[in-house]
Amino acid sequence: MLLVEHFPVIIVGLSMFLAYTMLLAGYINRRLPFFMSLAMNFFFLFLSIFVLNHVLTEGPIRYWQGGWRPPWGIEYVVDAMNAYLLIIVISIVILGLIYSKRNVEFEIEERKHVTFYTLIQLMAAGLYGITVTGDLFNMFIWLEIASLTAYALIAVAGGRALRPAYNYVIMGSIGACLYIFGVCWLYSATGTLNFADMRLLLPLVYDNKAVQMGFAMIVVGVMIKAYIFPLHLWQPDVYTYAPSTVSSMMASVHVKVMFYILLRLFYSVFTLDFIRHYIGLDLVICWVAAAAILAGSIWAIKQRNLRRMLAYSSVSQMGYILLGVGLSPLSPWGLVGAVAHILNHAVGKGCLFMCAGAIRQQEGLRDIRDFEGLGKKMPHVCAAFTIAAFSMIGIPFTAGFASKVFLIIASLDASQYPFVAVLLISGLLNLVYFWRVIDRMYFARHRGADDPAEAASDAPATVQEAAPSGPSNSAKSGRPLPLSMIAPILALASLCIILGVIWLTDIPSPLINHILSNLRMEATI
Amino acid sequence: MMEWIVQHFLEKYNFWIAMFIIIIGLTATIVKKNFLKKLIGLSIFQTAFFLWVVSLGDVGRDILTSWGLKTQTPPILWMQAAEKGYIYANPLPHVLMLTGIVVSAATTAVALAIVIRIYQKYGTIEEDEIIEKEMEFERRGVL
Repeated sequence: MLLVEHFPVIIVGLSMFLAYTMLLAGYINRRLPFFMSLAMNFFFLFLSIFVLNHVLTEGPIRYWQGGWRPPWGIEYVVDAMNAYLLIIVISIVILGLIYSKRNVEFEIEERKHVTFYTLIQLMAAGLYGITVTGDLFNMFIWLEIASLTAYALIAVAGGRALRPAYNYVIMGSIGACLYIFGVCWLYSATGTLNFADMRLLLPLVYDNKAVQMGFAMIVVGVMIKAYIFPLHLWQPDVYTYAPSTVSSMMASVHVKVMFYILLRLFYSVFTLDFIRHYIGLDLVICWVAAAAILAGSIWAIKQRNLRRMLAYSSVSQMGYILLGVGLSPLSPWGLVGAVAHILNHAVGKGCLFMCAGAIRQQEGLRDIRDFEGLGKKMPHVCAAFTIAAFSMIGIPFTAGFASKVFLIIASLDASQYPFVAVLLISGLLNLVYFWRVIDRMYFARHRGADDPAEAASDAPATVQEAAPSGPSNSAKSGRPLPLSMIAPILALASLCIILGVIWLTDIPSPLINHILSNLRMEATI
Repeated sequence: MMEWIVQHFLEKYNFWIAMFIIIIGLTATIVKKNFLKKLIGLSIFQTAFFLWVVSLGDVGRDILTSWGLKTQTPPILWMQAAEKGYIYANPLPHVLMLTGIVVSAATTAVALAIVIRIYQKYGTIEEDEIIEKEMEFERRGVL
């Protein structure tokens, strides 16, 4: 067995082990866990690049846990899709960690720092685990590890984050329970839990009611976790009140990994034959996605809190990815759009949430109407925000443009013209709500406090002691941001532009072709 | 008619009972406004689900399926078991649910910890009252 074939399991196992070691190291020195986590995640990034290289040249890695043969033992499978996602997740976790250093010092009490970094590392371990596993039940365990740590991380801030965190616990547990329920239905029909094995057995029982039930339950369960439109209700509050680091990590990678579960089950377990077996199922998915895109954008326009606006924008952007998946039985470009948008949205939305956190830290602002003249006070952050917002809107030569082009090509290719209209309208709606912010930052004149709502939101610092709010609420540091917070923001913003150019060239096509062939699409781009 | 009832209800009574409890738990989770009652509902939901899965592995039961091992035997030793004429219960659902119980205990612990924090902050665990208090904070300009 080659050394590189051990790398996926090393990444997962070592990050679990690391998390608990960090907790112990925290007793020696409070600053140690952060540096341990950062160093080890750089090491994991290094390993995952080797994994991607191996997958692209030699084919998928299959690792049998403890040497047990797959239908019985747990198998870790890494193909092009996993390796691609693994690199995205690890890179965003690294950038998030760098950003979190000074942000956490500001937002969270000092005695909680050690456990905070432990939980971040544990959540990362859960996300890596979901990414590399090839077993339905093992995926549930990693899913729960990633979710439980996320519940705790959201509640860490205290204050207004508590009620959303509790709602998320309830909704997330129902989602995870529905997922495992569906898996058990499938187990009762096929007697296996391995992806590859189940893919072979399922065609014999496509019409079995247990399989249909299992499919429905898994899809609904994962849709709750990935906040696809009608099931997104827990999400805006969580993203508004969670610590900035946590909401940027959750919006960029946590939800992508949750969605990856759906992607993996669609293509590697049920396969497109199952989707095609039920005529019209793909169009139902497309229309749900279209509803998500439009509803998310429209709600985002109504919001005045920046982070809540970004949260609704995420609902709409998850719709894009789902639309790509729904179009994929008709056109391979749909899957290309979905895969591209997973990366583009992770980069763009991560940057936007980090900007929101930075604005709150330096100036203490949340409400979009207070952003007047911010472009002069925080030039770097506002520039990064503008670039990432352009990427969300889909201005040419930014990352979001490429995925939108792929999706429009897919809808034309599948002759589903309504979705072209949906994509264009959504682009306009994105322009409306992001331009409102950019306009305030750069162009609006300060009109004084004649608007009573504005006056009220200027006041909070004076009445702060009166209410039992968390340590972070309504506070501001007022100092210029440290380099360790600006650097990740600028890195992600420049990635938005670099990716926007790269997607339009031929460079990613070998990767895309590998992903398509690994996900059993009989097509190349 | 009688046969139909026997086939779909009486022979599968364990699934019906489990499903009934699952619905009770899920209803409590969604309908109740008290955070602790919600959590109790969630626990009922999860436990009933474990009951459902464990009963999948019952000895010699021909379950739901048109495919797979009809008489339940352990998937690893089933050759030896068949030679000696033994029938075992399928251990896999039990093992899965052992893990599931651990996960559910962890979920309950996290949720209870958050409920305690909520009680410390708001002095109540009724959702309506908490939302009212939040509105009041917002009116006073304390986000």
